[in-house]
Amino acid sequence: MSTTEIDRQWTTRLRRRVAGKLPPDKLLPDTQPTYVSSWIYVFGVTTMAALTVVIATGCLLALRGPQWWHGSSVGHFVNSLHLWSVEIFFFAMVIHLWGKYFMAAWRGGRALTWMTGVVTFLTSIAAAFTGYLCQTNFDSQWISTQAKDGINATGAGAFWNVLNMGQMLMWHIVLLPIAAVALTVLHVLLVRVKGVVPPFEERPKVSS
Amino acid sequence: MTISGLFAAIFPLNSLGHYLQWHIFQISVANLIVIILMVITFAVALFAPFPGRRRRKENREHD
Repeated sequence: MSTTEIDRQWTTRLRRRVAGKLPPDKLLPDTQPTYVSSWIYVFGVTTMAALTVVIATGCLLALRGPQWWHGSSVGHFVNSLHLWSVEIFFFAMVIHLWGKYFMAAWRGGRALTWMTGVVTFLTSIAAAFTGYLCQTNFDSQWISTQAKDGINATGAGAFWNVLNMGQMLMWHIVLLPIAAVALTVLHVLLVRVKGVVPPFEERPKVSS
Repeated sequence: MTISGLFAAIFPLNSLGHYLQWHIFQISVANLIVIILMVITFAVALFAPFPGRRRRKENREHD
């Protein structure tokens, strides 16, 4: 195979493009800029740590099923871990959002990073709401009948039936987690490509 | 009394929720507490000193 043919291969072009945009020392850097030494920068990684626990406990719940999480003490414990990791996930994500909003974190060509964060936030809300519908108890029945009217009022009830337990469970444990994790990975890769947004420049004092 | 029983006695979750209302705005006390905690955490994160910040800054200035 000639060099020209190798250069034209999609695998070669993709590898070179990825290596150019995100070399290993940029993907996993040794140090961070000085301005990152602030507590406000820890909430993004706190959100990801909570997401890891959410996914891990969700996998355990999926393995054992509703009788286990309703009827055994270990099941109750894992169910509670799933709930409280979601609480921490949203708690940290909202503070991360506030911090990035006031930093105007979309500056310097970071609009796509900001937008992937926004879409991840919305996807996570949908994942959390479908989770309420999958508890398999009276609470989930009550919530689904209340949500039905709201969803039907938007017209989305034609294909998004919150009373359909099977459909909501599949959205909750397959589609939305895949979307949330994929978007999170993309969001982090974009942060690595563009770097953490620097603080605003301090305005020079004007002498009177 | 078990630990879970103790927590249940301190934080009874089987009773009806408490709500605050002002005109058309209504919020549960639990949600309000979480929002207040988030605002406090946000403020603390902005102003609390980060461990090793001064050392990193000095190292950077030496370089």
